[in-house]
Amino acid sequence: MSKTTEITKDVTILFAGDSGDGIQLTGTQFTNTTALFGNDLSTFPNFPAEIRAPQGTLAGVSGFQLRFSSNEIYTPGDACDVLVVMNAAALKANLKQLKTGGIIIANTDGFDPKNLGLAKYPAGVNPLKDNSLEKYKVHEIDVTKMTKECLKDSGLGIKEIDRTKNMFVLGFILWMFNRDMDNTIKYITDKFKKVPEIMEANIKTLKAGYHFGDTSETFTTRFQVEKAQLEKGEYRNIMGNQAAAIGLVAAAERSGLTLFYGTYPITPASDILHELSRYKNFGVKTFQAEDEIAAIGSTIGASFGGALGVTASSGPGIALKGEAIGLAVMLEIPLVIINIQRGGPSTGLPTKTEQSDLLQSLYGRNGEAPAVVIAAYSPADCFNTVFEACRIAVEHMTPVFFLSDGYLANGSEPWKFPATKDLPSIKAVFAEPRKDEDPKFMPYKRDEKLVRKWAIPGTKGLEHRVGGIEKEDITGNISYDPDNHEHMVKTRAQKVENIADTIPLQQIDNGKEKGKLLIVGWGSTYGSIKAAVREAIEEGYDVSHAHIKYLNPFPKNLGEILYNFDKVIVPEMNNGQLVKVLRDKYMVPAIPFNKIKGMPFSAAEIKNKIVETLKK
Amino acid sequence: MSETIEKPYTAKELETDQDVRWCPGCGDYSILKQVQKVIPELGIKREDLVFVSGIGCSSRFPYYMETFGMHSIHGRATAIASGLKAARPELSVWIVTGDGDALSIGGNHLIHILRKNFNVNILLFNNQIYGLTKGQYSPASEEGKITKSSPMGSIDHPFNPLALCLGADATFIARTMDRDPNHLRDVLKRANDHKGTSMVEIYQNCNVFNDGAFFIYTDKETKAAETLFLEQGKPLIFGEGKTKGIKLDGFKPIIVDLANGAAASDLWIHDETDRVKAGLLSRFFDNPKTEGHLPRPFGVFYTETRYCYEDALVEQITNSISKSGKGDLDKLLKGSNTWKIA
Repeated sequence: MSKTTEITKDVTILFAGDSGDGIQLTGTQFTNTTALFGNDLSTFPNFPAEIRAPQGTLAGVSGFQLRFSSNEIYTPGDACDVLVVMNAAALKANLKQLKTGGIIIANTDGFDPKNLGLAKYPAGVNPLKDNSLEKYKVHEIDVTKMTKECLKDSGLGIKEIDRTKNMFVLGFILWMFNRDMDNTIKYITDKFKKVPEIMEANIKTLKAGYHFGDTSETFTTRFQVEKAQLEKGEYRNIMGNQAAAIGLVAAAERSGLTLFYGTYPITPASDILHELSRYKNFGVKTFQAEDEIAAIGSTIGASFGGALGVTASSGPGIALKGEAIGLAVMLEIPLVIINIQRGGPSTGLPTKTEQSDLLQSLYGRNGEAPAVVIAAYSPADCFNTVFEACRIAVEHMTPVFFLSDGYLANGSEPWKFPATKDLPSIKAVFAEPRKDEDPKFMPYKRDEKLVRKWAIPGTKGLEHRVGGIEKEDITGNISYDPDNHEHMVKTRAQKVENIADTIPLQQIDNGKEKGKLLIVGWGSTYGSIKAAVREAIEEGYDVSHAHIKYLNPFPKNLGEILYNFDKVIVPEMNNGQLVKVLRDKYMVPAIPFNKIKGMPFSAAEIKNKIVETLKK
Repeated sequence: MSETIEKPYTAKELETDQDVRWCPGCGDYSILKQVQKVIPELGIKREDLVFVSGIGCSSRFPYYMETFGMHSIHGRATAIASGLKAARPELSVWIVTGDGDALSIGGNHLIHILRKNFNVNILLFNNQIYGLTKGQYSPASEEGKITKSSPMGSIDHPFNPLALCLGADATFIARTMDRDPNHLRDVLKRANDHKGTSMVEIYQNCNVFNDGAFFIYTDKETKAAETLFLEQGKPLIFGEGKTKGIKLDGFKPIIVDLANGAAASDLWIHDETDRVKAGLLSRFFDNPKTEGHLPRPFGVFYTETRYCYEDALVEQITNSISKSGKGDLDKLLKGSNTWKIA
């Protein structure tokens, strides 16, 4: 039977199934193949907090959304064209994401009475059988049965055979989108090189899925998404946490410092630890501490000793680190604090994304304890932003927050990676050894930017004491003098303010410099805002987009930009945080636009808000 | 630390220009003095010395030592010192802490540094009271202790600090006291010589809020009968005129009277490397008011050789470099799968 190939520009696929179904792996493998092919892409993994949530239930559904395109794209797609479901719960949980006319690929074995019951379909109702899906193109495949059939002579047990069924699906999707299997076969070969029977089984199932597409008469159309015309250069695919890890290694190399990474495992930050602990040949020292406080404590100790000290966590862990961050503010030593934000408060939504720790970063400490705060806006941008966090920490002797979130951490996109020689160098200024006849060492003597020198143990003649008690300027001796305290509070604040002199001015990302409406975002909302504003401008709306990376201190021209617009809307995945700070600092009637669902904004949601605001 | 110091320094040169602000008569003065006296004998370069403390009276210690120092936050000195030592294994790191700082708010970090066995020295000034906050009971205070926060007597059962440390797999535990300068110096030297986390509990008198807590062990009337000074390879002998000894009946320690016919050859011989016996010794912790109680031991209870965390960390890095070569950042940036857009 002949097969036709349909050329399409932009496809969004959502793979969904039990959290034990290997959905994330299937999605990642398809993503890698797609990246190598040269599409622009954006991914959004969405999984439950439980490692093996109850099988077949709505709570246990794990999803991996991938959008790939021959155009430049900024989001993983608002709605999907193809929905791959391993069971009834996966269909129920995700059907609203599917475009009318979209394709459903359903594993029929996951629609037996037991699974239908677990998915809370009424008794006797099977959506595959009752015409409720007639708006869509449904393809039923009994993946479980075919996988079993394919491996019946393999000698493997039922459980092991069952575990390979995601490979059948992956093979089929590779066929459907005209991709070859080489990259996946290479991956399987590498992963299972110690267990050849599992390796062979996975490859066999993968091929079976691919050939099923080719031979089955049900499927007559394949799709082809041509390469994207991205900026010239060499690309790789990268996830946010991976980019952050590499960025830290790069900052260590460009500063000539040893990277010390003190942390305690927490979702969704742990992947940075996993990544860094593999880079021992870069001299990276990772330290898995006994708790969040020890994580930052050890990092402060390492930084006091002259290492590039980095600690990481998510909101709850950052709360525990608060007192120690205050200590670093007093010590005036470099410290990078990574917060991969997730839904809060308390344990909140551990695997879901949110931007609700901005105010915590800015204000969440006792006393007047200013810290620098910068945020990444895309997975690949985590590299640049964490590198910049290290630069500011080292060159300004201050704690710096690097904010990312679950969406950036686990999402991926193509990255035109830099060469080492093109990365700026980071200049650590150490206090020089002192001779006996030299004047007494003054640990809190400052340069014109109000930055003190890094005086590390082991340097002759620099013996001195630091600590959390207020200290006299210049000498660093304990001081309870009222005037000195006020002077020191102002000095520490001014030191952070001075950083505004060294950072780039705020740019308008898209649109005019002056006009009716400005959308101001920060962090991971970038893609959705970018896509929405671009569309609105094309349709003739007077709207612009500015995305703030430097949240404390703000770029010097930010106020001016805000004042150039009649209205300012601030979309945030929280209950209104940046908007408060902008109102406070610039007295502008900025309008909050919030989504607090543990899910990123869709471009359409932002576009609708723009249209609604401008039509008023 | 085998490198010779070009210019040795004196105890006097370890004093800072800051006024010492402990209450007059505090046991901390004596400890400070002995530390300043013993350190110049250890052959450590002054710039390589770092004193890290938490919060509490004892934690003011670094301000009075002309070395590198950090007066950090409550309970975290152990955590901070761990990171410092991991980053800079060549430094000589000393942690100064108290019974509240180490055993209460910093209890978690204490047990973890002991198990990880960083090569640092911990000086735990135990005065069995919260002094800086003006006199509440501490986790080391005895049951029934009347304090500002326990007017009817404390209902907290106290920690036995050395038993706790041994339980956390400490590789060196010792006890000494502020009022025995020679013994204090000897123990400090031993602690410094030990490679691994050295835990030194120092009985320290708080003459304002808990005066006389250890009087029975320091007063010359009672000291001989109530204290047992441990010496490696020597029998456990104590008492006025060294007339009493301790022998083991199975696992039960029994006091015998050497003046009344007990044989010296039957006595328990102290062996610092015997973990089981160290466990028994750490349980010589009776209230001295109870009938037939055992004397309180002082000296080195236990020592063992175990790898230090920072050495293993450096070793993994060295092995990784010799196996896969020094990391190439360009390769890391590039990853394993790339594509070109022309």
